[in-house]
Amino acid sequence: MRKLAAQGPVPPAREGATDPVGRGLPQDSAWRHVAGTAVYVDDMPTYPNQLHVATGRATVARGRLTRLDLSRVRSAPGVVDVVCAADIPGNGDIAPVFDGDPLLADGELLYLGQPVFAVAATSFEAAQQAVTLAEIDCEPLEAIVALTAAVESEYYVLPPHEFCLREPEAALLAAPLSLGGELHMAGQEHFYLEGQVATAEPTEEGGVHVYSSSQHPSEVQKLVAGVLGLPIHAVQAEVRRMGGGFGGKESQAAMPACLAALFAVRTRRPVRHRLPRRDDMVQTGKRHPFWNRYRAGFDEQGRLHGVTMRLAGDCGCSPDLSQGIVDRAMFHADNAYNLQAARIQGVYCRTDKVSNTAFRGFGGPQGLITAEAMLDDVARRVGRDPLDVRLDNLYAEGDLTPYGQPIEESVLPDLMRQLADDCDYRARREAIARFNGENNDVRRGLALTPVKFGISFTAKHLNQAGALVHIYTDGSIHLNHGGTEMGQGLHTKVAQVVARALGVRFERILVSATRTDKVPNTSPTAASSGADMNGMAALNACNRIKRGLVAFAAEHFGCDEGEVVFADDRVGAGGDSLPFEAFIKLAYLARVSLSANGFYRTPVIDFDRDAAWGRPFYYFANGAACSQVRVSALTGEYRVERVDILHDVGDSLNPAIDLGQIEGGFVQGLGWLTTEELAWDDTGRLVSDSPANYKIPTAFDLPEAFNVRLFDRANHAETIYRSKAVGEPPLMLAVSSWCALRDACASFCDYRFNPRLDPPATPERVYWAIEEARAGGDR
Amino acid sequence: MQLTVNGVPIDATGSAPSQTLLRFLRTRAGLPGTKEGCASGDCGACTVLLAGPGEAPRAVNSCITLLGSVAGETVVTVEGLAGSEGPGRHPVQAAMVDCHGSQCGFCTPGFVMSLAGLYAADGRGDDAIREAIAGNLCRCTGYRPILEAGRRMYDYPPAPVVPECGALAAGLNHSGALPAGYHRPRDEAALQRLLREYPKAWLVAGGTDAVLELTQRYAAPDPVLDLSAVAELCTIDDGTDALRLGAAVPYSRLEQLFATLSPPLVAMLERLGSRQIRNRGTLGGNLANGSPIADMPPVLLAWDATVELAGADGGRRSIPVAAFHRGYRDTVLAPGEYVAAVTIPRAALARPHRIFKLSKRFEDDISTVLLAVSMEREGERLGAARVAYGGMAATPLRAAAVEEILTGATLDDATIERACAAATAVFTPIDDVRASAAYRRAMAAALLRRALRELREGVDLDIDAVEALHA
Repeated sequence: MRKLAAQGPVPPAREGATDPVGRGLPQDSAWRHVAGTAVYVDDMPTYPNQLHVATGRATVARGRLTRLDLSRVRSAPGVVDVVCAADIPGNGDIAPVFDGDPLLADGELLYLGQPVFAVAATSFEAAQQAVTLAEIDCEPLEAIVALTAAVESEYYVLPPHEFCLREPEAALLAAPLSLGGELHMAGQEHFYLEGQVATAEPTEEGGVHVYSSSQHPSEVQKLVAGVLGLPIHAVQAEVRRMGGGFGGKESQAAMPACLAALFAVRTRRPVRHRLPRRDDMVQTGKRHPFWNRYRAGFDEQGRLHGVTMRLAGDCGCSPDLSQGIVDRAMFHADNAYNLQAARIQGVYCRTDKVSNTAFRGFGGPQGLITAEAMLDDVARRVGRDPLDVRLDNLYAEGDLTPYGQPIEESVLPDLMRQLADDCDYRARREAIARFNGENNDVRRGLALTPVKFGISFTAKHLNQAGALVHIYTDGSIHLNHGGTEMGQGLHTKVAQVVARALGVRFERILVSATRTDKVPNTSPTAASSGADMNGMAALNACNRIKRGLVAFAAEHFGCDEGEVVFADDRVGAGGDSLPFEAFIKLAYLARVSLSANGFYRTPVIDFDRDAAWGRPFYYFANGAACSQVRVSALTGEYRVERVDILHDVGDSLNPAIDLGQIEGGFVQGLGWLTTEELAWDDTGRLVSDSPANYKIPTAFDLPEAFNVRLFDRANHAETIYRSKAVGEPPLMLAVSSWCALRDACASFCDYRFNPRLDPPATPERVYWAIEEARAGGDR
Repeated sequence: MQLTVNGVPIDATGSAPSQTLLRFLRTRAGLPGTKEGCASGDCGACTVLLAGPGEAPRAVNSCITLLGSVAGETVVTVEGLAGSEGPGRHPVQAAMVDCHGSQCGFCTPGFVMSLAGLYAADGRGDDAIREAIAGNLCRCTGYRPILEAGRRMYDYPPAPVVPECGALAAGLNHSGALPAGYHRPRDEAALQRLLREYPKAWLVAGGTDAVLELTQRYAAPDPVLDLSAVAELCTIDDGTDALRLGAAVPYSRLEQLFATLSPPLVAMLERLGSRQIRNRGTLGGNLANGSPIADMPPVLLAWDATVELAGADGGRRSIPVAAFHRGYRDTVLAPGEYVAAVTIPRAALARPHRIFKLSKRFEDDISTVLLAVSMEREGERLGAARVAYGGMAATPLRAAAVEEILTGATLDDATIERACAAATAVFTPIDDVRASAAYRRAMAAALLRRALRELREGVDLDIDAVEALHA
């Protein structure tokens, strides 16, 4: 470069203040979203020699492949290449943790719909039409489809595991009162609007460049290299953005990426694999269904003395990420309550269905709702308002969780009382009692429930992150970090962190696509950790650049290093300062490094899984929600009338983005608990295989009144600018709506007991719950 | 084959007319802003605006709209709405940004276009906004900020682009022949000629169900016979004795027609598919595909409607709707025959009636059970009663045993309970993905009880008829 740019065309600041942290800035891509110019993988231009992939599927839930005749497939119009398991040059198992997820079935068939072979053809339609021409013979074996059958026959993917605190069985025996219950809960389809997709382009070195819609580009890179039998450096994975992830693109994005890469290397042509919606719903994992049982011992006030639980997760046909998921259900089976003494058993069941996987909350919701169901049952038994029983059982500072982590920060007692006051819980409880006394066709229900969610990957090594920051000579800043953007606003938050760290206006910063050749060996963008970890890594990178800049500034301004200030888009000391870009230009000429990578690892955490004791979480995120519903006794139809939420995000990095995560997470949780009903038939075929028969919420389903506020308190843990993670916890606020529906049903038996209402509480299930309550049952 | 896309006339002669409009836009037209989320008209990510000459723009699902069916029309995609940041942006886009209405952004173009359609019609108020976006799924935001954008979009300087699109289409060549394999006749004579020439032709009107054969099963029908422009089939004859509705009339026109004639029908239609579906889907299609869970047949049964069938040879016959369905997805339509019109007697329309749709999700969901009840009152006694159900049997069906109990009876509690017991007993529905047989049977009675009580007491027992609770 001969000449430095005179004036960088960096956009001007939108507002006066330069420090963007804590401001509700729109997402950096917001304008591109609304203009249709944001590019997703399938929007990338295709080449004239582009190929498209489709897969042929197993027709039985469990069995052996006895014959595979692909001759008609090979000769179909447009078909260029066909592969089956034997054609994979490297490792054909793309499992993330344990073995068991073959890219293409290798003799053994694991679920109905499993990819058995794949086709690359000159058009999407040609590929889809060709796969129907295969002749596949399968020898069926007896399949276990139902979770209850798997539990009963001890059909497991991993051995059971247990947490134990004190002596729960003795506590249960000694307690004045006790009860037991169970909950069967369904899974949940992610229904990211952008289905799974990847494009692979061969490189001149014999490797491949993969564009993937993935939450975990490093894993895509590693698995593609494994499938191809190449060193990792021969593969690059790139993620500009996803059209939604929700956990469904943590491990599941690997399949289309690996198949596209395999064909790309075989044919030396660019290859795209986009799963049509039905294939996506059939061939990718979902939230784990659970069958949970609980026994609680308690006193006449409903104070718990001891609890035992068995949480049985339906992992599907392989372990995938299920160890961490069932573990996290166990970590959240206490939710926010001091169980005093507890035995929490986790069972990792195998069923002959697609392997279940990560979904926002990662098992936490399935554990948490069990605690809430139990507390409601306890409240009915002792005849108290469930809110009072909840408040009486909340953790206090110093209490121990069933896995040995002490409670250091007890936010929920204040938070729940504040919410109850703000939303007139007591007055509405009375008004609803009056209303229900006067009405038989329509009844109302109310519930206020907390969420306490542990923040950190429970797999310790994943709690690390990297970032890369460049400052160019015109003062524009390029930011790259290991996290991926799936709509959660991560890129915007990390850019805000960098803007504050360098004292510059937000508009100087451009965040680029996540790439494995910029920041290597990254962790998935998951576990709500994206901003916590990548924000810290980016801050670390900024601080490393600043070290050189501060030394140079001290020299330039003739002051001590401690006097140098980066603020208001200027760098200065004492009364003297320069505009940021002018200072950067001088620094460059003085040969000061303007680029650094950054690294972060979460401190403190230390959990011994074998001993089931320790500190898995850096801190807890908290929130509470109060839901009011009405139900029709005629049909079981219902409406969520009003929801009030108070949620703890520490010192928010971006309140607008956090609000969006809370509202969106709530409605997604509401879908899981109300209308989203997955169904398989007895043969293991997914019956709910399209949006025509699997119903996620629409705009009509959000609460008629929806009041969401942030709980204003800094994180006690030393997180990035004292903020808290927000991705997953709000999903579990929707448990309040499920509890409110059950409350409304219980009004039909004068709250003597809670009728059975297994999630999802569809109108049909609400109807049967009302019928059970009306019948008055002996319980 | 010409069409206008975002104000630019495009000669699409080289493109296959039986591909979807979405595929054409994303590949040939180089406009990937419109997304595919499901390829079945269920998610709305593919929403674009469409207008024929002199027509107001309407939102449609481009994923199940065939390219050949929009020849001569104007299409507006998200790219054409305004473009990028800065001057010229559409108020919907500005409001969506300011309200934080996008997160992952993938559904966003569809929401922008649905709201732009509402904006073009000057639709205001929360009900109108919800109705406009009922066919758009968002998995990230929880919808609150999108509703907010729908409210605030009128606060910005007005938009120039959309209202002109009908005028643009006027300049196109509409009469030009479509490429081989796709026929879009303009009158019944031409339609019948084509039916004689191609007895195996694949018939499509709005395509909201039929096109799923292409997008879900990858069928490649040849030739395609598109009914959507046949003038007689698009005609509504508002006669003194009866309403005659052309089979290719889309639901959105029925909503306007029945606004005063039957508020219960309009309330049901608002939950039939989505705005995009109702802008394309037709009454004739709802009958001809023979589904037992189609929403219109029970209503037509309760109204003693007749269906008019026409054949390739020009022959016509009228039969009661009750005689149209023969079995599961099976009708009396003979080869070469098509549904031409439906006739509803005015007298039937004037009778008190109730229509209740029950589904797992309130909006844009297929019915679990649908009930249509119509009855004459003769003082204290009932005259003839019609009770028709969808979702309870292999075909839409009248419950003769129930009608028998009601006809001539006094509508007291005992009669109601006897009728409800009969409604439960008379059907043997199935368990499926939407509901159990037991629930369907219980609902056959529950919906009937609600209808009879409402008709007797003049009350509204809908869950939404409850007073708001003020603590």
